[in-house]
Amino acid sequence: MTFHSILFENTEDSIIKETLEAPVFFVDLNLDQIIDTITAGKQEYNLTPFFYSPLNDSDAIKCRHEIFRDLENKGLFENIGSFAQKMRAVRDHLAQAEKLYYKYQKERWFLEAVEIYCDAVTCLMQDLSLADLKSRGFVHFRDYVATYAQSEGFTSVLAETKQLLADLSSVHYSLLIKGNAVTVQKYESESDYSVEVEHTFEKFKQGAVKDYRVKFSSSPDMNHVEAAILDLLAKLYPDIFTYLDEYCAKNATYLDATIATFDREIQFYVAYLEYLGIFTRAGLKFCYPEISGTCKAVYDYEGFDLALADKLIRERASVVCNDFYLQDKERIFVVTGPNQGGKTTFARTFGQLHFLASLGCPVPGREARLFLFDRLFTHFEKEEDIRNLRGRLEDDLVRIHDILNHATSNSIIILNESFTATTLRDAIFLSTRVLERILRLDLLCVCVTFIDELASLSEKTVSVVAEVAPDNPAVRTYKIMRRSADGVAYALSIAQKYRLTYECVKERLQS
Amino acid sequence: MKAFLMYRDQDFDVQQKLPWNEQALTQDLELTTLLDAMALGDKFIWDVARRAVLLSVHDVDTIRYRQDILNDCVKNPAIVRDLYAIAVEAIERERKVFWTFFRDMPHTILHRAVEVLELFVGALKKLRQIADEHGQKFASAGFSALFAMLKAELGDDYFARVENHLRELRFRGGALISAELGRGNKGTNYRLRKRAEKKQTWMERIFVRKPPAYTYRIPERDENGPRYLAELQDRGINLVANALAQSTDHILSFFTMLRTELAFYVGCVNLHEQLGQLGEPTCLPVPVAPRERRHSYKRLYDVCLALSMKQKVVGNDGNGDKRDLVIITGANQGGKSVFLRSIGLAQLMLQCGMFAPAEAFCANICEGLFTHYKREEDTTMESGKFDEELSRMSEIVEHITPNAMLLLNESFAATNEREGSEIARQIVSALLEKRIKVFFVTHLYEFAHGFCDKEMGNAIFLRAERQADGGRTFKLIEGKPLETSYGEDLYKRIFGTDN
Repeated sequence: MTFHSILFENTEDSIIKETLEAPVFFVDLNLDQIIDTITAGKQEYNLTPFFYSPLNDSDAIKCRHEIFRDLENKGLFENIGSFAQKMRAVRDHLAQAEKLYYKYQKERWFLEAVEIYCDAVTCLMQDLSLADLKSRGFVHFRDYVATYAQSEGFTSVLAETKQLLADLSSVHYSLLIKGNAVTVQKYESESDYSVEVEHTFEKFKQGAVKDYRVKFSSSPDMNHVEAAILDLLAKLYPDIFTYLDEYCAKNATYLDATIATFDREIQFYVAYLEYLGIFTRAGLKFCYPEISGTCKAVYDYEGFDLALADKLIRERASVVCNDFYLQDKERIFVVTGPNQGGKTTFARTFGQLHFLASLGCPVPGREARLFLFDRLFTHFEKEEDIRNLRGRLEDDLVRIHDILNHATSNSIIILNESFTATTLRDAIFLSTRVLERILRLDLLCVCVTFIDELASLSEKTVSVVAEVAPDNPAVRTYKIMRRSADGVAYALSIAQKYRLTYECVKERLQS
Repeated sequence: MKAFLMYRDQDFDVQQKLPWNEQALTQDLELTTLLDAMALGDKFIWDVARRAVLLSVHDVDTIRYRQDILNDCVKNPAIVRDLYAIAVEAIERERKVFWTFFRDMPHTILHRAVEVLELFVGALKKLRQIADEHGQKFASAGFSALFAMLKAELGDDYFARVENHLRELRFRGGALISAELGRGNKGTNYRLRKRAEKKQTWMERIFVRKPPAYTYRIPERDENGPRYLAELQDRGINLVANALAQSTDHILSFFTMLRTELAFYVGCVNLHEQLGQLGEPTCLPVPVAPRERRHSYKRLYDVCLALSMKQKVVGNDGNGDKRDLVIITGANQGGKSVFLRSIGLAQLMLQCGMFAPAEAFCANICEGLFTHYKREEDTTMESGKFDEELSRMSEIVEHITPNAMLLLNESFAATNEREGSEIARQIVSALLEKRIKVFFVTHLYEFAHGFCDKEMGNAIFLRAERQADGGRTFKLIEGKPLETSYGEDLYKRIFGTDN
C-alpha cells in the first residue's frame, strides 16, 4: 500500500475537509479558545482545518489513536520535532534566497536549504528505522521514507550538495584595503595582528576589562562592494563557482511532495500533544476514549473543561475534575444548582470531550467511553438586549426548533439556560415540551436549567447538581454530583449558617 | 605589571567590603578628622585612606612591609609626590581623550586607543626615568621591587616595539584582512593580518610568479561604496581594536592602582608633616601576633584631638601586657573618652601600616575592632534607649570573634545601675572567656568593682586622675574604681560654689 497521508486514509478526504469553516458550536463550547491555543505559533502549517473536521468513522479514529500513542514515546516525539525544525529552516532559507539580489548569494542560500532538507530526510529515516512503531500510519510512512532516501535521485543530490559545500568552505582569501580600492587574493598564512597586540601588552594585564568588540549586523543582505568582491572570488576560484551555477539549475525540484505533506500533517498530533502537556504537568489526566457509534452508555472519570483549566493553571489556581456516566436508558443530564457553581462548565466539558474524541484525540479524564455522534448542537444563552423579551424568546424557540429539525438519534444537544427570557410557568412549559421531543429522539443531551421539575421528567433523565461546601453554602466546590435536584436544601443550608432555620429561630425565640 | 605597595603580592582591593560597623567606627573614633588631615583636600587620597584605615590587616608581615615603605616615603617625600603626580596626570589626560558621541566603530575605538597609548608611553617613560635616577634612595622591599620592575619591563626596545605598533595601526600602507565565505556566501571571520615585510631582490621581483590578484576600484561617483568598504575594514580591525583598547584599559588600571597605593602613603606623609609641626611625636609601632596580649604605650595621645585643637595634647603612658580587660573609671571630663579614642585610633593606625601617635607603641593585632558607645537618643526610633543599646550590642555579638577588641563607652547606662551592672557583667564575662579584649569606660560602679574584687590578674583598672585641688590633668592612672565620680566637681565648676 502506498503512503500518502498521516491524517487521512484516502486523499479525497483531506481535500474536502480543508474547505470547512469553524463549526457553529465552537464559540459556545469555548473550542475556539482551545484550538487557538493549540495552533498558536504553528500558523505556517494552517492546522485549523484539521481541527474543524470531525471523523465519522471509528476506525479512522483508532488510526489516529495509534499514531498519538506512538508519538507519546518521547524519543520519537523529539525526532519529529527536530525534523520539523529543519523543514522550517529549509523554508526560511528558500524565502531568504527569494529576497536576495546577487546571484552567488541566492545560489548559496538555495544550496544551504537543500543541505538542510537532505539532513532532515536522512535523520528522519534513521530515527524511524530505530523507533518501535506500532501505528499503521507510521509503519507505512517509515517504508515510504526508507525507499525515498535510498532512491538514486535523493542520494545524488545529497552527494553533490556535500561536495559543493566543502569546496566553498575551502575558499580562504584576503583583502588589501587601501584608499578606494580593494585587492582580492588567496590567503597566505599572514599572522593575526590582534594576537601580536595582545602579546605586546600582556605585561599590563590587570583583570577583567570592557569588551570593545563591536557587534556588526548579521543581516543576510549584501552591499554592492561585497558583491563585487564575491565576483572577484568567482574569478579566483572559477571551478567552484561554475559548479554552483550548474547545481542550482539542476536541482530546482528537490522537494518531495509526500514528505512536505507529512511535515504539515504530523503537526496536528504534535500540536495537540504539546497542548496536552500544559495539563499533564499540572497533574491532570488524559485517556484514549472508547468510541462507539451505537452504545450511548457514555462515561468519563476525572474530566475537566480544557479552556477553563488552561486559564486556572495560568493563574496557579486548582482545577476541579468531575465524573459523569449514563447507563441503560439514561440519555439526558439535567444540571441544576447555584449560579457560578460549575453547571455550564459541566455542559461544555461534555461537548468538548465528544468533539475532541471525534477528531481522534485523547480527551481529559482517567477513563472514558464516548459516543460517535453525527452532529453536535448547542443552544447557549445569547448576550442580547434584555428589554426585548419577546424577541429573545422567539429567537430561542426558532433556534431550538431548527436544532430539533436537524437532529437525529445519533446527535448530541447541549442546552444551556434556555428560556430564561420568560415567566417560570412559560419556561416550565416550553422546557418540558422541548425535552419531551428530545426524549423521543433518544439522543444524548445535557440540559442546564433552573427548573428542578425537568430533572425527574423521565427514566431517561439523570439529575446532577452543582455542589456547595456543606459547612459554608457560600463556597462553591465546583463538583457536579449525581443526585436529585434540591434547590431548597441549598437555601436551607444558608439559613442554617445565619441561624434562621425553623429550628434555629424557634430555639432563639425560647430564651 | 603591578605596583604592590600595599601587599607584597596582591593589589589593594578598593572593592573590598568595609567592615559592617564602619559607620560606628568612623563616628566613635572621629575618623573624619584624621582623614581630612591625610587628604589635605585631595578627595582621592581621602577615599583611599579611609579604606586603608578601616580595612585593617591582621598579619605582622604586611604591617611591617608597609611600615618600611612608609619610612622610605617620609625620607623622600618629593619623589613620592612626583610618582603620584605622574599617575594622576596620565589618568586625567586619558579621560580627556575624545570619545565619539555616536555608536563607536572599530576604527574610532582603534584611533582613540592609539592616541591614549601614545600618551601612556610618555608617562611610562617618566616612571622609568625616576626609577633610573632615584631608585637607590629607597630601601624598602616594596619600592625596590617596583623600581626593578619598571627598569626590567620598560626597556628602550620595548618602547620601540610599542611605537612600531602604533605606527602600523594607522594603516598608511593599507589594511590586510583575511576572510572566508560564510552563510549565503557572505564574507565572514574578517581578521586583520600582519603584512609580511617582504624584502625582495630585483631578481625575485621579476622572476617569482606573483599569486593571482584582482582589484576592485570604487567608481568616482559611487557615494555609498567608500562607506561599505570602510565597514569591511571595520570588521577586519574589530579584534585588533578590542585588543588595543583593552590594553589601554589595562595600562590605565596599572596607573590607577599605582595612584591608589601611593595615595595612602602620600596621605601618611601629609599627616606626618602636620603632627611634626605640632611637635607631636610619632613612632613606628610594634605589631604582635593576634593571640598574644600586648598593649604598652608611651605618651599615647588622641591624634584627632591634637589635629582639631591644633596643639600638643596630653599623652598617657601605660602597660596592659597580658591583660584582656581594661576598665576605666573616674571623673567626668577627665580624659576617659579621649583615652579610649586614642586606643582605638592607635590600633587602626597600627593595623593599616601607619605610624602611631605616641613615642612608643606596641600592641597585639586585633582581628576586628568594635565600638559600643552611648548614643544620643534617637527620637525617631520606637524602641527605648535601653532597647537600642542592647540591640546594637546584639549586633556586635553577632559579628565579633576571638582576638577582636571591643571599646565600650558608658554602655548600659540607660537603666538603673544594678540592672546595667548585671547585664554588663554577664556580657563582659562571656566576651572575656571567648578571648576578646575589652576596654570599658564606665560609671557602673557595681560592675567595675565586682571585677576588681575578683582579682582576676588579666584585668587592669585605670582612673581619670584628680589632683588634690580638684583640677584635672586629663591623665589616666592605674587605680581601683572609686564609688563616686567627679560630677560634683564639674557641677561646682560650672555652677560655681555660691549655692
